[in-house]
Amino acid sequence: MGKISNQQVIQSLTLKFGDRISVPNEPFGLLTFETSVDHISEVLRSLKEDKELKFNYLTDITGIHFPEQELSMGVIYHLHSLSNNVRVRIKVFLDIKAPHIPTATSLWEGANWMERETFDFFGIIFDGHPNLLRILNVDDMTVFPMRREHPLEDPNRVDKKDYFFGR
Amino acid sequence: MSEVKIVEAPPGIEGSGFFATSMEKVVGLARSHSLWPLPFATSCCGIEFMATMGSHYDFARFGSERPSFSPRQADLLMVMGTIAKKMGPVLKQVYLQMAEPRWVIAVGACASSGGIFDTYSVMQGIDEIIPVDVYVPGCPPRPEAIIDGFNKIQELVKHESLRRRESQEYKELLGRYGIQ
Repeated sequence: MGKISNQQVIQSLTLKFGDRISVPNEPFGLLTFETSVDHISEVLRSLKEDKELKFNYLTDITGIHFPEQELSMGVIYHLHSLSNNVRVRIKVFLDIKAPHIPTATSLWEGANWMERETFDFFGIIFDGHPNLLRILNVDDMTVFPMRREHPLEDPNRVDKKDYFFGR
Repeated sequence: MSEVKIVEAPPGIEGSGFFATSMEKVVGLARSHSLWPLPFATSCCGIEFMATMGSHYDFARFGSERPSFSPRQADLLMVMGTIAKKMGPVLKQVYLQMAEPRWVIAVGACASSGGIFDTYSVMQGIDEIIPVDVYVPGCPPRPEAIIDGFNKIQELVKHESLRRRESQEYKELLGRYGIQ
């Protein structure tokens, strides 16, 4: 059991941000809300620096792609308050034509590689990042492989072609 | 004491005090029983190779007494495991550092064809970047299979023409991989 319950966090969040964040919900007990690209820096900073909540640990940054949505690229932050034993998940959705979002490296040094990874796989550009280069894939890769329009399988593979199996 | 086994002499003409055969066959015989392998082990096939190297399967009895961890003194490149695309240039450089004559064995499904990793980040078989002499199937292959593949390499070495590496055909093969 956490020292602070989700309800207390929700209360504090609504008080702080009002309509700058979506109504929080709790899928599988994990407090989740959305915000916009204009407010994400402020939201992260105030969650980290809040004297009560103390969301001081950045667990993860990752991306997601929902092609059917209007704002199809997503960036997801997981924050953890170590002293209060409570977690929160923040989602921001972006336009795929200009997937820009401010960096979190000024708040957490650890965001550096997470943002590089998210750039590497989803092509999300973190404005203000000190070194936004590919981190896991080969440097000369021209696509962002986790976007849905990119085929997961390697096109050079020949031994799984249908005609080998009479299809 | 167990009986010491000696390899059979190549076909030739024998008389009292002399034995005549072709240089090619003698060189092939010597090379095939002193292949120095370079283990390029990246995943579970490498674990099987460790078993192959160990006392139970005793890889050394085929003349591979010395696994060469420098490509410059190796004859046989043994690629065992998944080669990610990022590893490709490294593998190619290791191959380029080896002196001729050199042989390559792809051990396991991943090195041969990408195996179950049919994905954007994994090389779909090392023959996309370097020429391969023998493929060993299996996921991972048992030590027996690795030894069988090695024996196939030995047969290739034994019967290879001394001039093969100078031939136009061989140069074209390397040329297809962008190797001079």
